[in-house]
Amino acid sequence: MTTETLMWLIPLPPVLAFALIVLFTNRSKTLSHTLAVGAAFLSLLGSMIVFVRALGVEHLGEHPFESSVNWLPLGESVETYFKIGVLVDPTTAVVLFFVAITIFMIFLYSVGYHNFGQPEGDHNQKGLPPHGATVEEHGHKHVVPSVEPMYSRFFAFLGLFAFGMYVLVLSDNLLTFFVGWEIMGLCSYLLIGFWYAKPSARDAAVKAFMTTRIGDVFMLLGIAYLYYATGTLTFREIFTEEVLHTLATVPSGFLGFSAAGLIGLLLFIGTVGKSAQFPLHVWLPDAMEGPTPVSAMIHAATMVSAGVYAVVRMFPLISLDARTMTIVAFIGAFTAIFAATIAVAQNDIKRVLAYSTISQLGFMIAALGIGAYVAAVFHLITHAFFKALLFLGSGSVIHGMEHGVLHTGNHHVDPQDMFNMGGLRRKMPITFWTFLIGGFALAGFPLITAGFWSKDEIFADAFANGHWAVFITLALAAFMTAFYTMRQITLTFLGEPRTQEAEHAQETPWTMTTPLIILSIFAIAYGWVGIPEDFMGLPLQPNWLHEFVGGTLAEHPETIAFSWIPLLTSLVVALGGLYLGWMTYRSVSSPAEDRFQIPLLKNKYYFDEFYDRAFVKPAYWFAENVVYRFLDQGVIDGILHSFGPATDRLGSIIRNNFDLPVINRFFGDGSAEVTYRAGDKLRAVQTGRIQQYLMLALVVFIAIGAVLYFFLMA
Amino acid sequence: MVPLSWYLIFAALLFSIGLFGVLSRRNAVAILLGIELMLNSVNINLAAFWRYGDVTQMAGQVFAIIVFAVAAAEVSVGLALVISVYRRRNTVVADDINMMKW
Repeated sequence: MTTETLMWLIPLPPVLAFALIVLFTNRSKTLSHTLAVGAAFLSLLGSMIVFVRALGVEHLGEHPFESSVNWLPLGESVETYFKIGVLVDPTTAVVLFFVAITIFMIFLYSVGYHNFGQPEGDHNQKGLPPHGATVEEHGHKHVVPSVEPMYSRFFAFLGLFAFGMYVLVLSDNLLTFFVGWEIMGLCSYLLIGFWYAKPSARDAAVKAFMTTRIGDVFMLLGIAYLYYATGTLTFREIFTEEVLHTLATVPSGFLGFSAAGLIGLLLFIGTVGKSAQFPLHVWLPDAMEGPTPVSAMIHAATMVSAGVYAVVRMFPLISLDARTMTIVAFIGAFTAIFAATIAVAQNDIKRVLAYSTISQLGFMIAALGIGAYVAAVFHLITHAFFKALLFLGSGSVIHGMEHGVLHTGNHHVDPQDMFNMGGLRRKMPITFWTFLIGGFALAGFPLITAGFWSKDEIFADAFANGHWAVFITLALAAFMTAFYTMRQITLTFLGEPRTQEAEHAQETPWTMTTPLIILSIFAIAYGWVGIPEDFMGLPLQPNWLHEFVGGTLAEHPETIAFSWIPLLTSLVVALGGLYLGWMTYRSVSSPAEDRFQIPLLKNKYYFDEFYDRAFVKPAYWFAENVVYRFLDQGVIDGILHSFGPATDRLGSIIRNNFDLPVINRFFGDGSAEVTYRAGDKLRAVQTGRIQQYLMLALVVFIAIGAVLYFFLMA
Repeated sequence: MVPLSWYLIFAALLFSIGLFGVLSRRNAVAILLGIELMLNSVNINLAAFWRYGDVTQMAGQVFAIIVFAVAAAEVSVGLALVISVYRRRNTVVADDINMMKW
């Protein structure tokens, strides 16, 4: 099969699986997950083949794999078409690599996460997580986890989501890119609200959808403006020297931005929504209401990465305007440190990771803002691996804890609260070691973890190009990252079990641990592809990732000379943060002893409350008072209600002034009256005497004869 | 041969006498007689017009015969009515036979 055909085919298996599950195999759990996992595997296979072939091509950046079809005739002339197609350039290839692997791992993990093979629950209710099933074994009853009631539905949604992601990654134009983007937005909504019977999940789904929608509207505006300005949405047609030059010089008429600057800004706002950057970050932590594979897939590895990927894709355009780049860098750096500070005070194991994700996405955005293209892509990939690993690990932990909860039967214990855990390293060794690897990668543990290399490259880039503010901010954020990561690991796995439930936690089945192991390999090994050429002055191989991904850009980015300062910074913040985190939390056993439970941080800087006051409440007020009471009840209903009395009045006017006098009295009663009177008067003629009748006839005859004679003869 | 107008004047006179009889006589039988006179004046007209027109066309004579037949039938019905009225009301005076009114 040619590479081009293969590229077209990659997104298809998951969407076929979606359709088949929804239409036919919904009742069979085995068939549904076989279809979905099989489809994910086919896509993985296709992606790997494309990736391997892409590796073998020299100068893939100039001559990428591409294929497009005429899609929409534009009407200007017969030959003008809007084209859609697929494109694999070096950036796409490496993104495709991690997307395919993480998606497949998460599909596989979901089988175990949703307790496949376990009995049906005692009191299953659709839209709620499984409650556990009572089984009788060796003469005594005990409660075991039960299978998810809407198991097939989950895999259908995952399939549709994977389709959206593949479409987005492989698109060669902004339109299909946006289509994939929106499919993922929808799936995100559906999957966050997967347990829709929980009010919190419903609210989170709506919140995520609405918040990302704000970004999407701006992004669509950007796309429309771009199409208006250039007449094309195909990446490789936009990124030519003439088009970029025109875009950079044409003023947009908005605050002195050039067209490129404004388009870049609008597209970036889309990213802010999708990648949960400040100030649209509020949806991501709430999105943790969804099942954990969803958190891993959508809200760590793929969908939020799509936001960064959008900036990566549009980098040649966005980088044209220095002001837009400054905004991008500022938002990224601010989000990185802002979210990191919140993560320190969260107790929910998934929420810590959610804020960590926001923070790490901030790193990438900041890197793009200072022009560190390759570093951003590198961090995007390594982050996807280790954050998917961490989320899946946390899901595994929660699963283990739920096992403990089912064992003790005490449902008041929150299996996600880290203060209820402790000592899980002995109960769940595989989860512990993989989580440790993921956590260390996130913290940037030196030399062995992937997170170190990618983060180090961002530091090196910021340092070398003199972006001091970004450098210092990110260094602080990295320090806090290491700190809260160690806090999480310490509270969850180290020390002694703090509750009965943690005591009875159990290691999860192989379908859950296998993805953990595979992802942890990548969380370490993937860093090695991007080791700087002259790291610490050692004679190493050329930086493969830099050469490969850098080829995407028209101007190959320069290799940054090695410097000790960013490396030392990186080492200090990572190791310092980890050490401090361990020191602080090794003896902490309850939230009261935690010195960082500051209300301001605990409540996420009151952003939810602020948005609630500033936007949600006014929106409700507007909906209630203006739309409902004034517009709907007052204006619309008023108009409608006035129709009744108005027609009633009109009717009575017509009735009184026309119907009654004219029709009834004049024509109706009038004709009868006239006939009656005439009959009354004329009846005297009817004497009954034949001779009088004859006489009358004669007179009339003579009269008529006279008249006729007078008229005809005269 | 006498001119056509004589016949017509004669027929008109006969018709007027008949009409006068119909309008003025009180006896129902006399009224019937008047009607017979009026019908016969018409027959004279028909015969005269035939004689003074195209003689080969027999329509005038035929019409006159039809009028005879109708007149005979009419008189028989009329006389039957008169007898019927006489039997019921014991009168043949036209003015007394005035049931056909409101």
